[in-house]
Amino acid sequence: MTLDLFLQHLTNGISLGSLYALIAIGYTMVYGILRLINFAHGDIFMMSVYFAFFGVATFGMPWYAAFLLAILLTGALGILVERTAYKPIREAPKISILISAIGASFLLENLATVIFGGRPKTFPQIELFTKMVDVGAVRIQMLTFMIPVITVALLIGLLYLINHTKSGMAMRAVSKDIETARLMGIDVNRTISFTFGIGSMLAAVGGIMWGLKFPSILPLMGVIPGLKCFIAAVIGGIGNIKGAVYGGFILGVGEIMLIAFLPELTGYRDAFAFILLIVILLFRPTGIMGEKISEKV
Amino acid sequence: MKRRNLILTAVFLLLSVIFLVYADNNFDSYIVRILNLCAIYTVLGLSMNLINGFTGLFSLGHAGFMAVGAYATAILTMSIETKQANFFLAPLISPLDKIVLPFLISLIIAGLIAVIVAYGIGAPALRLKGDYLAIATLGFAEIIRVVFTNTQRVTNGALGLKGIPSTTNLWWSFGIALFTVIVMISLINSSYGRAFKAIREDEIAAESMGINLFKHKVLSFMIGAFFAGVGGGLLGSLLGTIDPLMFRFFMTFNILLIIVLGGMGSISGTIISAFVITIATEWLRFLDEPIKLGFLTTPALPGLRMVVFSALLMVVVLFFRHGLMGTRELTWDMIFGFFNRKKPLTKGGTK
Amino acid sequence: MSVLRTDSITMQFGGLTAVKEFSLELNKGEIIALIGPNGAGKTTAFNMITGVYKPTKGNVIFNDKNITGLKPDQITVLGVARTFQNIRLFKDLSVLDNVLIANHLRIKSNFMEAILKLPRYRREEKAMFEKSMNLLEKVGLADLKDEKSSSLPYGKQRRLEIARALATDPAVLLLDEPAAGMNPKETDDLTVFIKEIRDEFNLTIFMIEHHMQVVMGISNRIYVLDYGVTIAQGTPYEIQNNQRVIEAYLGVEENA
Repeated sequence: MTLDLFLQHLTNGISLGSLYALIAIGYTMVYGILRLINFAHGDIFMMSVYFAFFGVATFGMPWYAAFLLAILLTGALGILVERTAYKPIREAPKISILISAIGASFLLENLATVIFGGRPKTFPQIELFTKMVDVGAVRIQMLTFMIPVITVALLIGLLYLINHTKSGMAMRAVSKDIETARLMGIDVNRTISFTFGIGSMLAAVGGIMWGLKFPSILPLMGVIPGLKCFIAAVIGGIGNIKGAVYGGFILGVGEIMLIAFLPELTGYRDAFAFILLIVILLFRPTGIMGEKISEKV
Repeated sequence: MKRRNLILTAVFLLLSVIFLVYADNNFDSYIVRILNLCAIYTVLGLSMNLINGFTGLFSLGHAGFMAVGAYATAILTMSIETKQANFFLAPLISPLDKIVLPFLISLIIAGLIAVIVAYGIGAPALRLKGDYLAIATLGFAEIIRVVFTNTQRVTNGALGLKGIPSTTNLWWSFGIALFTVIVMISLINSSYGRAFKAIREDEIAAESMGINLFKHKVLSFMIGAFFAGVGGGLLGSLLGTIDPLMFRFFMTFNILLIIVLGGMGSISGTIISAFVITIATEWLRFLDEPIKLGFLTTPALPGLRMVVFSALLMVVVLFFRHGLMGTRELTWDMIFGFFNRKKPLTKGGTK
Repeated sequence: MSVLRTDSITMQFGGLTAVKEFSLELNKGEIIALIGPNGAGKTTAFNMITGVYKPTKGNVIFNDKNITGLKPDQITVLGVARTFQNIRLFKDLSVLDNVLIANHLRIKSNFMEAILKLPRYRREEKAMFEKSMNLLEKVGLADLKDEKSSSLPYGKQRRLEIARALATDPAVLLLDEPAAGMNPKETDDLTVFIKEIRDEFNLTIFMIEHHMQVVMGISNRIYVLDYGVTIAQGTPYEIQNNQRVIEAYLGVEENA
């Protein structure tokens, strides 16, 4: 393998990893605050791609307006899912909440199938993002460079939000202890909705860039990325935002490199993430950056 | 009292047999097929309820065990010619290409292979708890599916298997369903069953009572996997065709819906729910087709049926968290109690 | 003769030392109490002995066998049973089932024998039932055997927990605040009851208790923990007159 080819794979891996990271952040934020796997997160991601698709392709909006609207709608959808599927049973046994989450996920997938149709649609190609650029001997899509930059920028913004604003402080308080946070006068419901909204909007940014990069879009397109990004969040240490980003990169680069170096294993690409998950869970269940949580006896 | 219940149970079984004889001879193949599915989903629902409902392990790997069972049964029962016709891209590995076994033996072997796979999955995964366990088992099931898609010479890869001998009939499916029910009742009411329930109720207390958590979790997982494998084998033989896509997470979702609706931890609830869901799945098929409302015809909406089922799952969990039965069982006493309560004026019944 | 002994067991959680070098000796037939203010590390000491936590340092010796680091179920099988401060019954199960479950650890039949109801299993099941009913009789819950355990009043739940622990055939019984939440009458009964079971089942009892009447009434010796450190040990009389114990409970008047 030449150095150029290796660099091309690495760039692709980082780019894919950045997308994973954006979606993984949503899982990790929700888990951090509610100790819940938001099974529907992958489908919220899928919906964002369709929102953007309809904005540009059906309503002929300029791409930036359509993308912005799609991001806002996705945030609202995330809050809607939280309000209907999770909030009413927040005090119920964990197993019930998880089942509700699975129900919400299937509901979104099937609604999408009914409303948008089961056939693949082609996401609009926007010249600014999809044009090819030459770097040395390799030709790479502009988007491949833009994705990591946008991801890092959003991550910095998010970390600022969490660590230096009042809403961020509320989020951190609620994730430590919901009851105490409530006693301290924090509007817990609002904070949880806010978390879902932010997580979903980040997933939407990921979704739109995903659509530009892999233009064939389907109602079930959120399932595998959803699972993989949850795995990325676990690898990084669930509940930890930086961890989710590292997890996303590890998974994205690992996957691309696996195919590059061992092309005969391409069919096992989707199994790679799960094998990694199981290995991590067994040897370091709290992930790279997670804290240990022990049960009180 | 006990005698009365015994007699009633015997009468109920006899009536069921008469019904099956009648159904076997008079019903058209479509209805017979639905009845078969009801029985098979009973087996699958019970096997998942043992793990999730009675032992409290939130496992989402059921489709994986079913896939193992379905493929094992199919490969073991298909004739040599059918095997050759299926494996035209790459031949089936020896000695599987020459082995043809009777259905029952194949089913048992299929169940046992699922047990071995369950041990392989359970030994690492059952050290995890709650949603970690859920996601790990889901992952294992996906790995099984990906492996089956890629092992061309054993499973025929993405092409799947066609022409599986259709041995499954009402006697097989209801016979095995009855067998499963009896085994489950016996197991659940035994000391081992109580240990499973103790783990579900409170792991820390169970461990303090000297129950080896890991051993009992793996045991429950393996017994559940056995019946999932057998159920998968029955299903493959009924449908005649299987491929890896059949065993996606969606399959696990269907069975999860059955046990959530029926009640996690109720055998009778699972049986009732398996019948209700299976029949409703067929009955609601019209939702996917164009619907005529007088002079208005709606376009075909494939997927609408699944919208209904996903919404149903959510409604059950959100508003009726314990399902039909919770952890209770439908007994004759309960049925009589129900009728007695409805008519408070009749005071005949002795207790 | 020492039945259970701990050699300077220490438990650290991160930087926090919950229990420091706790050394305990239980002789056969004794009733020993562990007292101390809230947060002194009493339950942590229990958890180290019963295997819920593995001590950071030190050893737990039961009948001359080192049981440090064994799992809770292994320790129970060897003969150390416990109850919980915040009652951990199998809430959805019946009173009888709760006790039956505690018999499971001695079962010899495998699960196939249990499913097929083979003779050996039938014999074992019958023996378990009789033993459990005897225990329920003893704690006065026999007529409530089919009730859901969580429907019992608090005092009865505590008794059921003790019956359940006894069903594991322990040599040492650890009681975590058995009198918590009981009324004076129940507390008096409990004092008598603890002595009774000690004699009838040849037990050695180690209990955490805040209720001084119970502690002073039945303990042979008392250990006092404060901030994880053993500040005193001795007979009830010695403890009652120990200056450090009084300070730990009442606080010291300094320039605070």
